Amino acid sequence: MTDTRKPVESLLTDYDIFEPGFVANPYPGYSEIRESECPIAHTDRYEGSWLPTRYEDVVALAQEYEVFTSRGILVMPPPPGQAEGAYGGVAAPPITSDPPDHHWHRRLILPIFAPQAVAKYEQSTRDLCNALIDEFIDKGTADAAADYAQHIPVRVISNMLGVPLDMEETFTGWVRGVLENMHDLELRKRSRLAIIEYFLAQVEDRKTNPRENDLISELMNTEVEGKKVPIEYVLGVCNLMLVAGIDTTWSAIGSVMWHMAQHPEHRKQLRENDDLWPTAIEELLRVYAPVTMARIVDRDIEFQGCPMKAGDRVLMAFPAANRDPRQFENPDEVILDREHNRHVAFGSGIHRCAGSNLARLEVRVALQTWLKRIPEFELVDPSSVTWAGGQVHGPRSCMVKF
Amino acid sequence: MKVSVDMGSCHGHQMCAIAAPEVFGSDELGNATVLIAGDIPAELEGKARRAEANCPERAIIISE
Ligand code: HEM
Ligand code: SF4
Repeated sequence: MTDTRKPVESLLTDYDIFEPGFVANPYPGYSEIRESECPIAHTDRYEGSWLPTRYEDVVALAQEYEVFTSRGILVMPPPPGQAEGAYGGVAAPPITSDPPDHHWHRRLILPIFAPQAVAKYEQSTRDLCNALIDEFIDKGTADAAADYAQHIPVRVISNMLGVPLDMEETFTGWVRGVLENMHDLELRKRSRLAIIEYFLAQVEDRKTNPRENDLISELMNTEVEGKKVPIEYVLGVCNLMLVAGIDTTWSAIGSVMWHMAQHPEHRKQLRENDDLWPTAIEELLRVYAPVTMARIVDRDIEFQGCPMKAGDRVLMAFPAANRDPRQFENPDEVILDREHNRHVAFGSGIHRCAGSNLARLEVRVALQTWLKRIPEFELVDPSSVTWAGGQVHGPRSCMVKF
Repeated sequence: MKVSVDMGSCHGHQMCAIAAPEVFGSDELGNATVLIAGDIPAELEGKARRAEANCPERAIIISE
């Protein structure tokens, strides 16, 4: 495909988060903006946005939820008419909610994701990682992104929701339709509707055939102030589980695999020292934070000297914040036992990733299981690795040999 | 040395419990709990400081 976009004139005034070079490797660009006299860049592309790159600014934005609202959290505007169309009221609570509703939207799902609650998914996650490895271990080569990472979170989530595993490819297609092909408005709309319609049918089915112990049934039976929660909430949370829990985690696992393929010394350190794992996972999440979120400015305001207008979109580039040398020594280096690591891969403030404990577990188990079975491996060809970026950054194809 | 958590700022990153599982735990919602009432044993002080240095919300308060 030839790229017809107009060349970027200056990152500070014309950045393009979907430019293929930036998608593959956004870090030099973030650094150039961060170290310029204007660390908050602006672009007119995609209806305009601001891009803060310093840790301090990104965190300040995330904390100021009254000014920087979650009315729009994607890095591009929604397809026109989406809010008025079918199921226009179905969002993705709590990620799309603002206070005061955010409080109960989040409160209801937090217990599902507490560390002690997600621990029960460890063994099934390990089993599914092993099953994936069984498929390719004898071939001596595999796509660590497409044959491995991509399959893990979608199976974990399907299992939690209580929907059949054979939906895996369909879910993956829908999620990519919403998050990775942002220019194709029809595809975005269609994918979103497909998700909602699918879960509507799941809800209907549970009305006639009640089930136990699956998240959809639990959500349907949840009450707030003596009343069952509205169907929009149930559908919204199911939608959220797909769009927030799949692409994100698979991107993180993929980046970690890509890193490990190139760093035998880190594989060795992890093999030899079990105590290293907790800090190592946090460090890998810091360096390869996959997610950039957005906020919509509520009222005209000057933020760090930038004149922001009501309705403006601001990108919260957590991946840029996590590599700010003002906050992290040698920020581009992976230091598996880094002592001070207030990273914000999972955001900051009231919207802190509710799924973070599950995500960590998946990343750790995916890497542990792989290293146990395939201790030595390397990239087949570094230049053939392909990447997704913009909202969620991670490899989509990453051939390794062993 | 004593530790406490400002529950108004804690948003449940759990990085405290990752750095110092003997000192910090999780409540039903995933927010932090302090497991040691009173003085932190000397051998855990380093870990407790490390927890403080890893909390993205700066919610951990250490008092000597
Ligand atoms: C490595 C994987 C993941 C990363 C990097 C990640 C990152 C994030 C970030 C940065 C936010 C903050 C959004 C904002 O400030 O607007 C967020 C929110 C959220 N994430 Fe994740 N996420 C991951 C995996 C997951 C998983 C596996 C789930 C659940 C199955 C999940 C569920 C959520 C939810 C429910 C929220 C919204 C919380 C709220 O608004 O109160 N995430 N995530
Ligand atoms: S790291 Fe900080 S915000 Fe997270 S649970 Fe611990 S005290 Fe709370």
